[in-house]
Amino acid sequence: MSATQTSTTSRMPSAPAGARGAAGAQIVHRRPPKKAALLGVLAWVIGLLFAMPVLWMALTSFHKETDAATNPPSVFAPLSLEGYQTFFDAGPWPSLLNSLTASVISTILVLLLAFPAAYALSIRPVRKWTDVLFFFLSTKMLPIVAGILPIYLFAQQVRLLDNIWLLIVLYTSMNLPIAVWMLRSFLAEVPVEMLEAAQVDGASLTRTLRDVIAPVVMPGIASAALICFIFSWNELLLARVLTGTTAGTAPVFLTGFVTSQGLFLAKVCAASLVVSLPVLVAGFAAQDKLVQGLSMGAVR
Amino acid sequence: MSTTTQAPEATPPTPSTESRERSTSLAKAGDWARRAPLLPALVFVIILTQLPFLATLVVSFMNWNAYYPDERGFAGLDNFRRVFTDTNTRQAVVVTVLLTVSVVVISLLLGLGIALLLDRKFRGRGIVRTLMITPFLIVPVAAALLWKHALYNPEYGLFNGLLKAVFGENAPQPDWITNNPLWAIIAALVWQWTPFMMLILLAGLQSRPLDVVEAARIDGASNVQIFKSMTLPHLRQYIELSALLGAIYVVQNFDHVFTITSGGLGTANLPYFIYQTFYTAQDYGRASAAGVVVVIGTIIIATLALRTAFSLFKEETR
Repeated sequence: MSATQTSTTSRMPSAPAGARGAAGAQIVHRRPPKKAALLGVLAWVIGLLFAMPVLWMALTSFHKETDAATNPPSVFAPLSLEGYQTFFDAGPWPSLLNSLTASVISTILVLLLAFPAAYALSIRPVRKWTDVLFFFLSTKMLPIVAGILPIYLFAQQVRLLDNIWLLIVLYTSMNLPIAVWMLRSFLAEVPVEMLEAAQVDGASLTRTLRDVIAPVVMPGIASAALICFIFSWNELLLARVLTGTTAGTAPVFLTGFVTSQGLFLAKVCAASLVVSLPVLVAGFAAQDKLVQGLSMGAVR
Repeated sequence: MSTTTQAPEATPPTPSTESRERSTSLAKAGDWARRAPLLPALVFVIILTQLPFLATLVVSFMNWNAYYPDERGFAGLDNFRRVFTDTNTRQAVVVTVLLTVSVVVISLLLGLGIALLLDRKFRGRGIVRTLMITPFLIVPVAAALLWKHALYNPEYGLFNGLLKAVFGENAPQPDWITNNPLWAIIAALVWQWTPFMMLILLAGLQSRPLDVVEAARIDGASNVQIFKSMTLPHLRQYIELSALLGAIYVVQNFDHVFTITSGGLGTANLPYFIYQTFYTAQDYGRASAAGVVVVIGTIIIATLALRTAFSLFKEETR
């Protein structure tokens, strides 16, 4: 949001001095206000169109099953918590807890591994650090599905199937390249003078990391954590293949929630909304971090 | 370039009076001190991404079906022959390409248009941006379930419900998924990926030097001219970045295909096809061969893409 504001306020002062005369007035009125207003309305319409499925999902989740499955839709049907009740009666807590465990622990592991690596790729770069960086990115292009069979067979051998730690380790490797890229691009902005000053004062590597570098790259760490959390929380393929009844995550629970008999729309909407809630909350709360995270730190 | 810049950095603590031998051993120790923080992450990634792939490569040359464990053995190129001659596999390749290209292109174009709209000042812009992001924040399986059951369902889905509400009892009530299975998946994916493209492109638009644009406007440049010769070149790297990242994720899509059509109606893409071959058919050899083919295809495309990525990040690598 802040970026939006600054760019618009800086528009006038940064314009060349001559622009503020008669020509300046002309620029401001160049676009008829009617057209500008229309474009604003268009933006609103498109925004509502994109949000509509989610709004519809939310509304449906608060309807009774019989009101949810009508045609034409009964928008003003009485609200009910029936869908949520059915969902929570089905016992989603273990799977939600598994998702939380896998996402949080793998995110912490990712940060612990990625931060030193990013340091070695930016502040005191190893030789050929660009090659290493691109190696990390190239592993993201390797389809997960191409390595899933050996992982499955290995896990079967060592009895790690249906164990949440297997997912934690795999999610860590899945998100590590992204985090390395992100944190590196933030670390590249740490002022070298600050590091030199720390060195002169005789600070150890850990202290330098903690006191000099970490504060500067805290926003980067937050973005990386957010994006790693979201990707782990969303993951389905690995969880579906490698877990069962004990370590199944929320997305796996969701796929098994649709039944072939009876009406299920309200409870599916309720379930989808509950499972998406952590991501929605985190994403809305940190929209700018989301952009940085998605672009692996290339876009600020 | 890294060697030339780091050499002077590594030597300063060594006084010139010290022997040459000492300084090289120090430099060597310095090299390892530099590498040490990198190693845990590097080793971790190599073990978890490269080793499984090597194993896949080995299995791809084996005759290995879990339903017939006694017949396990070396198969030579049999699995690959079957992968290349099988119509299902070829179909999966076509579907993967179609799905990825259409989702990336359509969401890029939509995302660009919406980013241009949101770059303008209007009442409630922050709210509209928040509304736009919402689809991206729905868990993919949940989004696929939502589209399949709450929107596409021919009997009580929102689409047909709206048709009936607007056009009355005789309104057409198409079965969206059966009629256009692949487009049903594409639409649901475009809905989720347009916000992603929009966010990156909007950030790109807002990093545009506005005084230059303003100057061009004073010189009488039209909006179309400004867009073509100033905005678009500036946006180029953002467009490439969002296309590259979008492609990385969409090519691997499993959730939507799995949920909306279960790979039926000719919509099985490669990830789903491999999942099915290995998980349902238990044909490990063939699934691995398909996996190897996917990886080789990905490497070819990725080499091109990485070159793009390299130009993208070049300016900030200094």
